[in-house]
Amino acid sequence: MSTIAEQANPVHVRSLRKRYGPVNAVEEVDLDVRSGEVFALLGPNGAGKTTTVEILVGVRRRTSGDVRVLGRDPAEDAPEWRARIGVVPQTTGAYTDLTVREVVEHFAAFYPAPLPVAEVIDMVGLGKQARKQAQTLSGGQARRLDVAVGVIGDPDLIFLDEPTTGLDPVARREAWDLVRYFTDRGKTTVLTTHYLDEVEALAQRAAVIVGGRVVESGPVAELGGRRATPAAVSFARADRLDRSLPALPGDAVVEEAEGLVVVRTHHPTEAMAALLPWAAASGVRELPDLRIHRPSLEEIYLDLIRSNQEGGVV
Amino acid sequence: MSAPNAALTQERGAVVLDPARSIVWRSAVSRSSVELKSFFRNRQSLVFTLLLPIVLLVVLGSIFSGTVPGTHTDFKQMFIAGIIACGVMSVSFNGLAISVAIERDTGMIRRLASSPMPKSAYFIGKVVRVAVTGTLETLLLLAVAVLAFGLPLPSTTARWETLVWVLLLGAVACTLLAVAFSSVIPNARSASAIVTLPFLVLQFISGVFFPYSQLPAWMQTVAALFPLKWMTQGLRSVFLPNDFAHVEPAGVWELDRVALVLAAWCLAGLALSFLTFRWRGPNVR
Repeated sequence: MSTIAEQANPVHVRSLRKRYGPVNAVEEVDLDVRSGEVFALLGPNGAGKTTTVEILVGVRRRTSGDVRVLGRDPAEDAPEWRARIGVVPQTTGAYTDLTVREVVEHFAAFYPAPLPVAEVIDMVGLGKQARKQAQTLSGGQARRLDVAVGVIGDPDLIFLDEPTTGLDPVARREAWDLVRYFTDRGKTTVLTTHYLDEVEALAQRAAVIVGGRVVESGPVAELGGRRATPAAVSFARADRLDRSLPALPGDAVVEEAEGLVVVRTHHPTEAMAALLPWAAASGVRELPDLRIHRPSLEEIYLDLIRSNQEGGVV
Repeated sequence: MSAPNAALTQERGAVVLDPARSIVWRSAVSRSSVELKSFFRNRQSLVFTLLLPIVLLVVLGSIFSGTVPGTHTDFKQMFIAGIIACGVMSVSFNGLAISVAIERDTGMIRRLASSPMPKSAYFIGKVVRVAVTGTLETLLLLAVAVLAFGLPLPSTTARWETLVWVLLLGAVACTLLAVAFSSVIPNARSASAIVTLPFLVLQFISGVFFPYSQLPAWMQTVAALFPLKWMTQGLRSVFLPNDFAHVEPAGVWELDRVALVLAAWCLAGLALSFLTFRWRGPNVR
């Protein structure tokens, strides 16, 4: 069941399913993208991310399920609805026989209130290439032209399917700035990507899709129980540290093997406050191999994929 | 109070309607301009669709000599009538099928489908492209034929009229068939090759390079199923003397049948286009 508030979200999906013959490309997808946020769709290749996005932007029909994008069913394909969404598909387009400026101007003509063409070209970093033939652009530049074409209509909701794949690090940062530009204007973005740093830098919430199912979704900082997973404080026991450990935070779990001490706790700072004077009292000013480790998004993500693929639901 | 309100509502209604209409207009203008730019800037389309018929006219027009068997008509003139029909088929059928295939393969159609472009604007652009390039092709071929090979221009108003409606109906039929045919082209790279095959075969069996009356009967039957044969026949009635008609299969020009077959192909092409043209799907990249 979904509440009325959820139905008012820019993207509202329940029990989405897409079948190609005997294959279920999308098995069971529920999504809620809230107004003004950047929402990331994560998952390995073939997980159904692109199929899901294609259904949301109305270039593919679903087999079943309830899909509302900006309050409408994408399958209706209404022009006034199209004018409010921006799409950057996964494959880079090749625009033959036109200059960069002509391509962007061409797409601007279809929208009731497009952004200024020169401004968008500058924004994607193609200012110097504006008069160049689009087919002579490098792969990264062609990708940026795609982004310009996707956002020229000043959409309220933007779908970016792997927008930064193939971009160099500088161009990726520029693409991030562009996403932030739209976020600052109150627009909503749905992003699929393989880059987890991109998710951490841009997205507030994310969903992980594996084998056509959403296996996890929520705020990026809490994904996969990330907030619930304790941090690990670890160091090597120096020869002089033969005393037993000091009093540690109540939740601390200590493991010790082959001279390496690992303290798992939700309060690593408190643990450090206890450990440092304890070491100093034995004349150890530097704890050897000291580390405080919190699970990275990448570890969480890989764990999620592994456990869900082992489950055999592929 | 209610009267001004009603007026305001009406005015607002007009304001709301107007942008929609102007977007159709703006989109159609933008599509048309892109179509023409891509035609004239693309060497492949210029060489294969615009120049090829002209090169054929110049080369073969210089080789062919003698009269068509059973008539007093210069073989060259029969050939010129045929090559003008080919020229129009070339820019409408070949040019359009290739351009739709390229647009499908390069992601243009997918991006257009993802934009609010009115679907009609896309087809208006194609029509403008065929109209401009078809007119240009016809004028160029006529100019070369008249200046270099002494082709007499149509002698009566009726013949001019026939020239116009035959080419118009032929172009419409070929345009619609091109949209449908493009769906069997798997990618941009093979487009020219795949389109050229049916074009070449039809040229050989439709009375362009060889007099239609000299062809084996079964070939005539096959050719009569397709539009090009009827287009060349219509144009022979425009450019050749009336007594040439007795070597036509029916012994007369059969202009009513020319109109009927071409119109039937327009309808068939329209139906096929509706059935095969896709804005989305696995082949639309």
